[in-house]
Amino acid sequence: MALRDITLGQYFPGNTVVHRMDPRSKLIFVVLFIIALFLARFLVTYGIMVITLALCILLSRVKLSIILKGMKPVLLIIVITAILNLFYTPGEPIAQFWIFRISREGIWSAFFMVLRIIMLITCTFLLTYTTSPILLTDGLEKLMGPLKAVRVPVHELSMMMSIALRFIPTLIEETDKIMSAQRARGADFDTGNLMQKARALVPLLVPLFISAFRRADELAIAMECRCYHGGEGRTRLRQLRYRRSDISAIILSVLLCVLVGVLARFGL
Amino acid sequence: MNAILQTQKLTHIYSAGTPFERVALDAVDFTAYRGEYLGIIGHTGSGKSTLIQHFNGLLRPASGQVLFEGRDIWASKEHTRTVRFQVGLVFQYPEYQLFEETVYRDIAFGPKNMRLDGKEIDRRVRKAAEFVGLKPDVLDKSPFELSGGQKRRVAIAGVIAMEPKVLVLDEPTAGLDPVGVSSILSNIHDYHVANNATVILVSHSMEEVARSVDRLVVVSDALIPLEGTPEYVFSHDAELKSMGLSVPQITRVFHHLREMGVNIDPSVYTIGQAKAVILAALGRKGAV
Repeated sequence: MALRDITLGQYFPGNTVVHRMDPRSKLIFVVLFIIALFLARFLVTYGIMVITLALCILLSRVKLSIILKGMKPVLLIIVITAILNLFYTPGEPIAQFWIFRISREGIWSAFFMVLRIIMLITCTFLLTYTTSPILLTDGLEKLMGPLKAVRVPVHELSMMMSIALRFIPTLIEETDKIMSAQRARGADFDTGNLMQKARALVPLLVPLFISAFRRADELAIAMECRCYHGGEGRTRLRQLRYRRSDISAIILSVLLCVLVGVLARFGL
Repeated sequence: MNAILQTQKLTHIYSAGTPFERVALDAVDFTAYRGEYLGIIGHTGSGKSTLIQHFNGLLRPASGQVLFEGRDIWASKEHTRTVRFQVGLVFQYPEYQLFEETVYRDIAFGPKNMRLDGKEIDRRVRKAAEFVGLKPDVLDKSPFELSGGQKRRVAIAGVIAMEPKVLVLDEPTAGLDPVGVSSILSNIHDYHVANNATVILVSHSMEEVARSVDRLVVVSDALIPLEGTPEYVFSHDAELKSMGLSVPQITRVFHHLREMGVNIDPSVYTIGQAKAVILAALGRKGAV
């Protein structure tokens, strides 16, 4: 498999309501959704969460197979959580063998815990799948704006994040290219013991670091040539503006939080 | 003629199964013959870089076959590895792959991976350095102290040192000054003659391929729509233009002269040929 095929919290372009939404409202929605997710207690509240998330997926038209593929790396965590909850929740036992005891509460708690983790991951995936990384950092910068008052370098942080995001594909491509070039000279990255594998990385890492430093240097010069001097008085190419769908999304997520919170109080 | 490297119905698809899916090669049949000097031309993104990365098994075909000396290069893992050393591939801007402390050790990287003995490695390193015009005292320097052009020579020597039967070079002269261009092209020609090696030169400069190759293959839009001798390919002026390519400048001048009504043979693609044709035409005029 070529390196470039890796999906890495990746953005899938599209033109749906969800794609067009302001990144800030999507961020707020996700945060509130996660809060609601932790408030949820039993069938009714979890049901509401599942329906909300299903609607979001439908609206965004992200394929279910892509979401499932993204779930693969966390599969182990999900399984371990399920097992721990299944066996270590005290309560009315319904099955018992040797030192293991499964209680009714254990089954429920394992089920809800797994559901919670899956929904947590799905909703954050939905955010990164439908929002370009650049918009995401723009949104974060705006949302964290008030922190400037307490001397948090918000602009610098978000600039660093944008640059890092901008260079991920470039560096992946570069790695791919250097690996191919060294493979063409007979380098072997896949076989051998740990020591040999580590040593095989030298012909890859040295050129990669050199090129990363060179690119950093060139970018710094290019930015200075265009009179970059930090965030002071800087205007933006993409002005973020809340539209009706954004406002309704935020109101909806607040309502979701309140509703789930209240229903959970009644143990539903 | 005797084929050394062939592809049969070679198809390659990037990012298969995602929204970014793109067919880079579409059932391409390609042949390189033993001992020939072959040029591959094509527009950026035409699929030429993808094609050459199949020659030594860096990319695996989605469907179709790559044959080296008549045998599928994917027949076994060992075979793929042997083919890597027989088909030497020099990438675009190869100077960015240098990593060793000295030029000598960097050139020796390939031969060392071939598990040759020390004496043979030494012979090959010195020979390869000579081919690309590197003086012996450069061998002990760090590759990072050298100029861009020198670095490029070191990188090319690193592939030549494996003494491949087929040498594939992707835009070996990109970004060099005119003197550097002609000197590197003549180094490559020396290797071609001395080892009777097959050389495949990828380029988008018509002038560059016109002055060196025996045969030309045009890659456009994941296909090979045109191949043959330079005369034959360059006579398809309009087709080349529609693929975003052109004929060499001197050929354009001759096409233009012909349109202006000068009785002259337009199948000219190097300055040397142009001189001969013009002198011949003038001689005729003088006789009239």
